[in-house]
Amino acid sequence: MSVAPIGKDLLGLEHLSAEQIQLILDTAGPFKDVSLRAIKKVPTLRGMTIVNLFFEASTRTRISFEFAEKRLSADTVNVATSGSSVQKGETLVDTARNLEAMKIDMVVIRHGASGAPKFLAERIASNVINAGDGTHEHPTQGLLDMLTLRDRWGSLAGRRVCICGDVLHSRVARSNIWGLKKMGAEVAVCGPRSLLPNAIDQLGVHVFSRIEEAIEWAEALNILRLQLERMQGGYIPSLREYNRVFGVTRERLERAPRDVIVMHPGPMNRGVEIDSDVADGPHSVILDQVTNGVAIRMAVLYLLAGGRPELADAAKGS
Amino acid sequence: MAPPTSTILNAQAVGRTLRRMAEELVELFDGTDDLILVGIQRRGVQLADRLAHLIESIEGAKVPRGALDITLYRDDLQTVGPRPVVGKTELPWAIDGKRLVIVDDVLYTGRTIRAALDELADFGRPARIALAVLVDRGGRELPIHADIVGKQTDVPPGSRVDVQVQELDGVDAVLLVGAETG
Repeated sequence: MSVAPIGKDLLGLEHLSAEQIQLILDTAGPFKDVSLRAIKKVPTLRGMTIVNLFFEASTRTRISFEFAEKRLSADTVNVATSGSSVQKGETLVDTARNLEAMKIDMVVIRHGASGAPKFLAERIASNVINAGDGTHEHPTQGLLDMLTLRDRWGSLAGRRVCICGDVLHSRVARSNIWGLKKMGAEVAVCGPRSLLPNAIDQLGVHVFSRIEEAIEWAEALNILRLQLERMQGGYIPSLREYNRVFGVTRERLERAPRDVIVMHPGPMNRGVEIDSDVADGPHSVILDQVTNGVAIRMAVLYLLAGGRPELADAAKGS
Repeated sequence: MAPPTSTILNAQAVGRTLRRMAEELVELFDGTDDLILVGIQRRGVQLADRLAHLIESIEGAKVPRGALDITLYRDDLQTVGPRPVVGKTELPWAIDGKRLVIVDDVLYTGRTIRAALDELADFGRPARIALAVLVDRGGRELPIHADIVGKQTDVPPGSRVDVQVQELDGVDAVLLVGAETG
């Protein structure tokens, strides 16, 4: 009996194999072309209903998923927590079961609690896609970052990528570390010690405490957003201090022994973790990441949707 | 036990057949004006290449080619097992008002061609679309027929027609693979 090649759900990259990641990245290629056509739409998921369940604010990721769904001809419903029954105290499972009772096929979920998508996936029959959960994973972001680098390099094997900034609270960092390492890249992190996880060494990454060292080592920097509330949390003394010590500036990049690709998952704090002339500079692939995000999400939706073994068996019997 | 295999067309016969098809194409379209050959992934693409070269040698005119991957337009995506790999669609030419020839290796149920017509409609409005296939094996499930056929042969549902092309398989051949026995 056949099963979908990446399973029922996409919860994270930690438990995917290199072959599965490869399949998603390869599948994204033709979907990138769809977005370049005059009619940016294919009938692939016609008749499927997808619910975007966002318990946290998101602009880029939600819109990106919505474009991906619409370009595959799926019907989509957006549920934001404000103004919904969630505000009235309904539990996650009750919300999802009610949606399922209206006959849906897939749920894209963003949630502040790590593990919420897995919790949901174990309790409903629909496919579940993690669009970011707590400080755990943001698998489609990790995939689109890898696709962006692979477009530049051809292959990720042996390449050196440094993730800079608030690694401690970052689901983007975790998905990137798992994914990149599986694809054979070398990964480093760089940031203030207070914003790196205690057990960072156990992830098998290099650790740089100075941004200059990271830039000297890396072929690509993935610069994380510094969430401004971290300052109130006492993790860093001030934004200006952070920019002075860890900010990626043109002067610092110019001292690098090679061209360094600059990535940022957005939204950017210009003048804090990244300077404007770097974000808009020749080494920035930040907008390519956004373009690739739609293609990656189309690929994931395509690979997860349908292909249901029970239907295939029923069709054979007819 | 391996299923019994027999040859429908050998390399020489494939060459002869394609030459005849190229001549019929030129005749059908009364020349090559506004003609575009569109091969269906995968082996239709190579066959479209061959036909284009043959037409060039007959008429002395270059015929543009495109490639179509119909996976995203299939009508059985909800029921097939693992998701089929999506190939590349390349139509570098505006197809509005052009005369298109869809080229495929085997015509069977007609569902691939139905999908191809849907996909082409998303790219523009050709003046005409014709269909050329190397093998028509019968067994249509949709009202679709080919304008140019290399070889007509009735093949029962349990059997398969395999087209091999030099570029991908190292040899040109059309094989009949019988139902599994033993």
